[in-house]
Amino acid sequence: MNELQKELCLGLKKFCRDTIEPHMEEDDHDGKFRMDIFQGLGKYGVTGVTLPEEFGGAGLSCIDYVYVLEEIAKVSVPYAVTISVSSMVQSILNEYGTQEQKQKYLPALTSGEEIGAFALSESHAGSDAAGLKTTAKKTEGGYLLNGSKMWITSGGIAKTYIVMARTGGEGAKGVSAFILRDGDIGFTYGKKEKKMGWKTSPTRELIFENCFVPEGNLLLSEGRGFTVAMGGLDRGRVAIGAIGVGCSQRALDESIKYALSRQQFKQCIFDFQGLQFMLSDMATETEASRLLVHAAAKSIDAKNTNSKLCSMAKLKATDTAMSVTTDAVQVLGGVGYTSEYPVERFMRDAKVLQIVEGTNQIQRVVIARHLKKENEHHA
Amino acid sequence: MWFFTQEEKEIQKVCRDFAQNELAPVAEKHDNEESFNLKAFKHMGDLGLLGITADPDYGGSGMGATAATIVMEEFGKACAGSTLSYLAHTILCVNNLNNNGSDLQKSKYLPKLISGEHVGCMGMSEPEFGSDAVGMQTKAIREGDFYSITGNKMWITNAQYADVVYLYTRTGPGKKDLTTFIVEKGTPGFTVSKEIHKMGMRSSPTGELSFQKCRVPVGNRVGEEGDSAHHMMKNLEIERITIAGISLGIAEACVAQCIKYSGERKQFGKTLAHYQMMQKMIAEMYAETEAMKRMLYTVCYEYDHGNKSNLLASSVKLQLPKMATKIALDAIQLHGGYGYSREFPVERMMRDNKLNEIGAGTNEVMILIIAKNLLKEALHS
Repeated sequence: MNELQKELCLGLKKFCRDTIEPHMEEDDHDGKFRMDIFQGLGKYGVTGVTLPEEFGGAGLSCIDYVYVLEEIAKVSVPYAVTISVSSMVQSILNEYGTQEQKQKYLPALTSGEEIGAFALSESHAGSDAAGLKTTAKKTEGGYLLNGSKMWITSGGIAKTYIVMARTGGEGAKGVSAFILRDGDIGFTYGKKEKKMGWKTSPTRELIFENCFVPEGNLLLSEGRGFTVAMGGLDRGRVAIGAIGVGCSQRALDESIKYALSRQQFKQCIFDFQGLQFMLSDMATETEASRLLVHAAAKSIDAKNTNSKLCSMAKLKATDTAMSVTTDAVQVLGGVGYTSEYPVERFMRDAKVLQIVEGTNQIQRVVIARHLKKENEHHA
Repeated sequence: MWFFTQEEKEIQKVCRDFAQNELAPVAEKHDNEESFNLKAFKHMGDLGLLGITADPDYGGSGMGATAATIVMEEFGKACAGSTLSYLAHTILCVNNLNNNGSDLQKSKYLPKLISGEHVGCMGMSEPEFGSDAVGMQTKAIREGDFYSITGNKMWITNAQYADVVYLYTRTGPGKKDLTTFIVEKGTPGFTVSKEIHKMGMRSSPTGELSFQKCRVPVGNRVGEEGDSAHHMMKNLEIERITIAGISLGIAEACVAQCIKYSGERKQFGKTLAHYQMMQKMIAEMYAETEAMKRMLYTVCYEYDHGNKSNLLASSVKLQLPKMATKIALDAIQLHGGYGYSREFPVERMMRDNKLNEIGAGTNEVMILIIAKNLLKEALHS
């Protein structure tokens, strides 16, 4: 870590501990998202870490962003996720938006005043995103959107949405990307999902019924929706990986603290070899995941993005988050299973990290595709 | 299983129908509300299941570990939380009382517990003594014809609903100076102090029992002073075997749900069943579940035929819950976004099963017991 990163993390750690942590247990129970917390994170400067200063961003690197997400995830996976999705929307707008679009939408997102959301999945198009059915029919001055989107993180609390809809024929090439705003006529919210974890982060269905979107809100040109969607992919995977690392680290920290303080059979349970083996494996896996996430982030910062590494980082860090949090509940035993200690919450929050931003099965398919391509000349 | 008796097969059918009709449809609701399905519990009494291992003289069915495990498996497929409460009642309270109580105690308490009029629980763990249960500090001091009991019991399944507590206490300083009492709800000095919110098994109430100079008549002492350690040992195997049965039910339900879903869900123009990655997950889940099922019922069979092996009971208690957590996690993964939502039961099953790796002896304690059994001689050389 350089000086800036150290300073950033130290202040952020304090902010998270004092402002977010006290609410997390209760808000997890009630499924409550607090806009003031998110805006507080915005004031702290972490809701637009990698965006250029011109649009209100902090102008920092992807690795700085990784540190930020890890730090927030140690206290709250859902708030870290809200930031990562909003940041992905910003990156997409910054990369593919016109000057006008950027000026119009970015400042409120980078400052944390507003939240951004990304709408690709549909009830029958999850991993198979190119099969989406929402249509955008050309009309005078714009498009009419019809259809619905499922599992949209920050649905209902976000103000700016990037929505993928079909303007042409079947497959990825018939899809275009649009910018929509909360409150647009014909754009409403469907049911809020009841989930196992990520309870403070709302996941909701978006419904479009003859929703008019002006031409100026099309990103790039017709049929280039998947260019836009893919553009955010690598960063998105690294971000979820970083959140996985934070989640693992917290579970490990809680486990060590508890193992040192809990006495059974007249000694602290840390001194049992069985526990030592678990803790050592948890720590090693966490560190290995962190290094992989950092390597992927550095490739992005060097403008030499290694997509295979990004997929590997997402896969390894989130599989690790699942196993480390599961073991943490085990180390804490009976109390670990109750909501008096945070580890069961982190375990529930970890599971969906293996599903979002491309399921870990899809990551394996992607990695295999790279392996094949790299080695085809041997065949 | 091929060696189930006719009677066991009948129990299986009754339990399967009951579980699918009465437990499964409301499992999600009770999980959401953190509420106990008392109605279903009472119905278990009508079906004669609440005293499955108890003496027929007191209303029990007089069956063995195999039958009890069949109930756990079938109920576990539908609602693990209700099953855990059933286990706490039937195995931890009723079976212990049946094995260790006097005729007088049995005729007083068992009929109502077995009919479902009363709910039972067992009090062993304490805030500072979980895995190290024999270190317990709840004290019972003799005062004439009564004992005065003071202390707290933690993580007690059925606490809030229990009419009868099968309670372990300390009556002397020695490691084995442990004595059991039957304590009735409403006895002055006995309160249920707090409800515990849990990750899973949310339809099974968990609470803390508090005793403040609670006066219990000598007649409610089970056996003699210092008998508890011996009593505990007698019940350990069936506790471990039956809780493993809940995990078996969970694993089977996950496999069935995955098979169903993989035929329904289409991605890239084909159902998930067509993808080798999904085939691998389902095939491995099935193979592991069947291996575990056969291990579990073989141990049950041996138990019922006189080989009460601590080593094998601990081994099934280690393997089945561990396997079921893994299978349930994979089941969520196979269902993707839907699996993480409460629309499908697999995420509940995973949360529920995690408890089985902790309750009735953690995985780590099972490992210690297995190792101690295996290395008895090696440790002395």
